[in-house]
Amino acid sequence: MSRTRTQIGNLARRSVLRTLRQPSYVIPPLVFPTLLVTVNAAGLRPSTLLHGFPTHSFLAFALAVPFVQGALFSTMNAGTELARDIQSGFLNRLALTPMRGSALLLGHVAGVMVLGFVQSVFYVCYALVVGVRFQTGAAGAFVILVLASLIAAAFGMLGAFLALRTGSGESIQATFPFLFVFLFISSMNTPRNLIAVHWFRLAATVNPVSYLIEGVRSLIISGWDGQALGLAFAVAAAIGAASVGLAAWALAGRLART
Amino acid sequence: MAPASKGIVAEGLVRDFKGGVRAVDGIDLAVAEGEIYGFLGPNGAGKSTTVLILTTLLPPTAGRATVAGFDVVHEGPKVRKAIGAALQEAALDPMLTAREHMRLQTALHALPRELRRRRGDELLERVGLAAAADRKVRTYSGGMKRRLDLALALVHRPRILFLDEPTTGLDPQSRSALWQEVGRLAKEDGVTVFLTTQYLEEADVLCDRVGIIDQGRIVAEGTPAELKATIGRPTVDVVPADHEQRHRVAEVLSRFGELTRASPHGVAVRLAGDEFGLADVVRALDAEELHVEQLQLHAPSLDDVFLAKTGRTLEGAEQEQERPELVGEAG
Repeated sequence: MSRTRTQIGNLARRSVLRTLRQPSYVIPPLVFPTLLVTVNAAGLRPSTLLHGFPTHSFLAFALAVPFVQGALFSTMNAGTELARDIQSGFLNRLALTPMRGSALLLGHVAGVMVLGFVQSVFYVCYALVVGVRFQTGAAGAFVILVLASLIAAAFGMLGAFLALRTGSGESIQATFPFLFVFLFISSMNTPRNLIAVHWFRLAATVNPVSYLIEGVRSLIISGWDGQALGLAFAVAAAIGAASVGLAAWALAGRLART
Repeated sequence: MAPASKGIVAEGLVRDFKGGVRAVDGIDLAVAEGEIYGFLGPNGAGKSTTVLILTTLLPPTAGRATVAGFDVVHEGPKVRKAIGAALQEAALDPMLTAREHMRLQTALHALPRELRRRRGDELLERVGLAAAADRKVRTYSGGMKRRLDLALALVHRPRILFLDEPTTGLDPQSRSALWQEVGRLAKEDGVTVFLTTQYLEEADVLCDRVGIIDQGRIVAEGTPAELKATIGRPTVDVVPADHEQRHRVAEVLSRFGELTRASPHGVAVRLAGDEFGLADVVRALDAEELHVEQLQLHAPSLDDVFLAKTGRTLEGAEQEQERPELVGEAG
């Protein structure tokens, strides 16, 4: 067990180091989500006048989005990095060591979680700087960091699956817009009960991303909401479990060592 | 199969890929402990596929192989514990330093924590990278990357080392340094080395024995000297001063043996036996008053062996071979 822990720790360390050393992987997940939320908050402020809108601050309402959007960036970055390992033969180097397949996946995901955590700390700091106060206080901010790290891990494992299945960084980048569609057809800009267009409300209701956003949002604007939080953690865990299964299956095919 | 062999043994090794491409077609070989065995052939001949099978990264379609006494299909983890490998293209992380690579590799090989740093430093020193140990690999030259690749393969003191085209793309100085290190590993540490190459000189200088592979089959095997001896006598290549005199030169040369492939505008003869030498050829040409622009004595080379066994030169085969579309890696 301690050997596996060592393997996971070292692989996670590598994952974090190589990402932190590439500004193109670090800066966009910090800048774009905060930029988007700032622009949206400025443009969609009148939405708060809608009857039943849960808060007077659209910025506070929309602040949950960067946490999920950052996780989507994690998917792409983590997948692209793993695909690069496959293409360069680095995965073969790892395969020739006594490394366990589970250690590779867990090391990978641990690295993604660390980066997801760091991103989330940045978004929390941004929220405090722009004057948003969390209804659940410091404890709520901590739960957001945990939830956001879990979401990053779940999506990061999805990225690992895509990398192991396709072996191509380009294929992973091609899936990024597709993942973004999930973000935009969610409740990111309007509470589901206030979405007037029927098909959009239906799409947002069946879209798991809505529940991830609503869980984070509840901690910022509503207070402790067991249902919203439970759903967010359950959806993140379900995406994570499905991604782990898919990634393990793809890894078995990719690591054809005897 | 010799079950007691602690080196490498392969019997009837076959590997097919999708689309019916047979990359390895019934390879038999035996490499003794401490031997440097060279696998010589053009690109796409099946060298890398064979290495992937022997290093347990690719299961064979048919046949059997043992490495360090362990079956490559059924005892993969034991094989991997006994081997080190530097596969084609130095597989390194450009964003990590050499020291960080060492740290990762020593940890994955489960070296005791207190030994990791020492072993890493020792190997970096050995391959001449101590001064560059804290530089990111993306700043390294091709030779430095190859040396780091070799050092990483040695972390767990393997008994058998697989090197897949370790000097491809390196300058002569880096190539020579790597040969020296590989030679030392075999001589001083008793490491068995299985080396693939497309360089004749590399096989000739470095390897105790050479297997020549073409289209997935071993077409010749032996020490470089033995292989060259199978070709026999040296050739004399003559370019007449007057190119119109080639037929007369050919008549003279044919007294000394069988005419063979010559340089452009030249005529060549493979000397038939010990009784003839270069001096005899020169005297005969002189006697016929044939003036010569160029005259060369060629000792047999491994390229001559390849030509004799396949009807092509290694360089020619290189151009002919098209790398097939394979699932996974093959060479």
